[in-house]
Amino acid sequence: MVIEPRGTLYPRVKVKDVEKIIESSIVNDEPEKTLLYSPNGNSSSVEKYKNIPFYAKQQRIALRNLGMIDQYRIEDYIATGGYQGLAKALTDMTPETIVDEVKQSGLRGRGGAGFSAGRKWATCASAEETPHYVICNGDEGDPGAFMDRSIMEGDPHSVLEGMIICARAVNSHEGYIYVREEYPLAIMNLQLAIEQATSYGLLGDNILGTGFSFTLKVSKGGGAFVCGESSALMRSVGGDVGEPRAKYVRSVLKGLHDKPTVLNNVESFANIPPIIVNGGKWFASIGTEKSTGTKAFSLVGKVRNTGLIEVPMGTTLREIIYDIGGGIQDDRPFKAVQTGGPSGGCLPKEKLDLPVDFDSLTEADSMMGSGGMIVMDDQTCVVDLAKYFLKFLVEESCGKCTPCREGLYQLHSLVDKMSDGRAVESDLVLAENLSKSIMIGSLCGLGKSGPNPFISTLKYFREEYIAHIRDKKCPAKVCPSLISYEIIEGPCDGCMACAPACAVKAITGEKGKLHVIDQNICDRCGACKAICTRQAIEIH
Amino acid sequence: MVRLTINGRVVQAEKGEMLLVVMNREKISVPAICNHGAVEAFGACRLCTVEITKNDWNGWKNYVTSCLYPVEDGLIVSTHSETVINLRKTLLDLHLARHPHSEHVRQWAMEYGITQTSFEEIPDGDDCILCALCTRICDRMGFAAISTVGRGHGKEVAPPLNEPPPDCTGCLACAQCCPTEFITFSDSGTSREIWGKQFEMITCKECSKPILTKDFAETLSKTRNIPADYFEVCDECHRKATALTMGKISQWQREDTAS
Ligand SMILES: Cc1cc2nc3c(=O)[nH]c(=O)nc-3n(C[C@H](O)[C@H](O)[C@H](O)COP(=O)(O)O)c2cc1C
Ligand code: SF4
Ligand code: SF4
Ligand code: FES
Repeated sequence: MVIEPRGTLYPRVKVKDVEKIIESSIVNDEPEKTLLYSPNGNSSSVEKYKNIPFYAKQQRIALRNLGMIDQYRIEDYIATGGYQGLAKALTDMTPETIVDEVKQSGLRGRGGAGFSAGRKWATCASAEETPHYVICNGDEGDPGAFMDRSIMEGDPHSVLEGMIICARAVNSHEGYIYVREEYPLAIMNLQLAIEQATSYGLLGDNILGTGFSFTLKVSKGGGAFVCGESSALMRSVGGDVGEPRAKYVRSVLKGLHDKPTVLNNVESFANIPPIIVNGGKWFASIGTEKSTGTKAFSLVGKVRNTGLIEVPMGTTLREIIYDIGGGIQDDRPFKAVQTGGPSGGCLPKEKLDLPVDFDSLTEADSMMGSGGMIVMDDQTCVVDLAKYFLKFLVEESCGKCTPCREGLYQLHSLVDKMSDGRAVESDLVLAENLSKSIMIGSLCGLGKSGPNPFISTLKYFREEYIAHIRDKKCPAKVCPSLISYEIIEGPCDGCMACAPACAVKAITGEKGKLHVIDQNICDRCGACKAICTRQAIEIH
Repeated sequence: MVRLTINGRVVQAEKGEMLLVVMNREKISVPAICNHGAVEAFGACRLCTVEITKNDWNGWKNYVTSCLYPVEDGLIVSTHSETVINLRKTLLDLHLARHPHSEHVRQWAMEYGITQTSFEEIPDGDDCILCALCTRICDRMGFAAISTVGRGHGKEVAPPLNEPPPDCTGCLACAQCCPTEFITFSDSGTSREIWGKQFEMITCKECSKPILTKDFAETLSKTRNIPADYFEVCDECHRKATALTMGKISQWQREDTAS
């Protein structure tokens, strides 16, 4: 809980604490010292949330209102400066100056590809064909990502305002927000926000009395990962099957119903109002030269502090993982960080000082993607990891083109063979060659980036692949076929807890005597190790 | 008009024409198994992929499917570069793993020197290469009786709910365009079966040969304004009758000039 305007933070507040907090913080404007946050093992407490490393390194633009306002009240949004950008855009600016401001901000699409939003808007604005459409991509198909969802649920008006400004800039009167069906709360909150904005004269006919009209609808997606791809999304909004369309014309010229269309991501749109209010120059002064502003990430995995964060572009991976994330859980060694969603890449500890921006990540063979960030410790096997993401992609491939449908399937089985100890060294060559063909041959971005989980782990952890293939060993002790569970003499006191836990009855032993696992029966589920309180079971 | 270079040869084309069309005209051939003149290009098989560049691209190259790529001035195309050949080989190799029993697939792979797949063979793999020619042609005919269902590796062509498709007229367009002859049907003089649906055939009034299904004839006469009795006689007998009439006409004309 944060008490403003002092910014006093009370972590993990309980009902019994409330009285004290009201007494000190509200009545006396003094922090209640006994309830303040104190960092690990450190007795000195920190009062203001801005001084805690988790917050100190963050800067919130897209997530500015999350947790700060009541998302169900448009009045709250307006009270914090909401719809000021729209008012300015409609009364003080022309479509051309809006586009110029966005161009000057350097804002690049937050949905993955990092294309310049200003340039996209300019192309659509000058397209002769009409009508023009504006669409917001709220599909967010990356498993484990929740940036866009948090914005749509927690600050829906920021998305609406960004879209209305865009509509004005590209002269569009009809827009859609595409949200996956699995996000019912986001759909509900967006619909409520649309109703409120319409009744306030901020949407619909004759917005703010300026004569400009724009209507918005929420379009529900079936929830396939590939529906987030632009051509598939537009077909889905148009009522067709959400399958990508092969073409060499940009959707900004031939998008929804083959008409000029601006498609931007949720976070991209949420950045627009502050850009209009504070100016493109202000936004461009944050971040790096070529990746301006901030980026939201869902920081998950083996870090101490997980959650939604927003940092200036150019913040290093080390700062994100160690300062904001608080380091690796249980002080285990850091192994890799996966960025960019299922088809992103894995970066090793040598890359910890890499600044996080579009181009640095791409150069390192990973990608920004929409902002998933999974931190892994030494107990993660990269072969197993690649297999996991490939499986996801095999299941999510739409199946239209051969390289993605058949290629990813075979790539997954090759990696599966490796993790299983059945692979030979030539399989690695075959998998690399196959990956190249999938990348150049596939129809849409899913296939084109599909082999990334394999390619990027191979690039940085080749020796781990070799260990699986040549030595039939899994160095991280994860791949079930390449490990064995063994009970060691000494710690084992024959308590007999493990034998009944074993589903395949691989463990024998008498009370008070050393127990033994029959390796021919054991299916390496790890149940015995989990139950043994004496750490007598080791993985070899 | 635009000028482009294909495999070192300068050729001319209309702006916006698809590259594959231009290549076909110039007798430069690449495999293109999901392409068919009757329907729009689809870009599924990826075998028609070629390498393109331009003089001002600073050595940057791109790989595009020629069936869908509109030509432009100054394009430099290579249809058989090492990377492209490698891609085609991989694609055919993948097909061979998925459709081990298809003679057609075996033949295509052979042309690129592949006789044995490098991948794990899928034992129950059928012969459908998912080119979607059948579903697209069916759409084009105006029936849309079949479609692809499912996604990823489990995708297949099927009628709705896997039941005899209500909108199918038994025209056989799908079976005739299937490049692997995967779609089966049976004809027995007075009846036909395809996609599990039975059809009654109209037979020729003159020679009693089966012509087309009753459903198809009815749909055609309704949607294309063809008189219903047109289908009572087969094309061959129509031609015979026309020839007879023409013969008679010229006979009269000769008699006219003679008299
Ligand atoms: C397989 C695939 C899935 C995608 N999923 C999403 C998604 O869930 N959300 C998103 O914003 N963009 C997604 N994209 C990127 C979009 O195609 C598109 O580039 C983006 O929405 C454009 O908006 P932006 O320029 O603001 O990023 C995906 C792309 C591919 C190839
Ligand atoms: S639970 Fe542990 S200590 Fe007890 S018998 Fe099994 S291995 Fe030995
Ligand atoms: S059934 Fe034949 S025509 Fe239809 S998709 Fe399969 S291979 Fe292509
Ligand atoms: S012919 Fe199949 S992709 Fe071009």
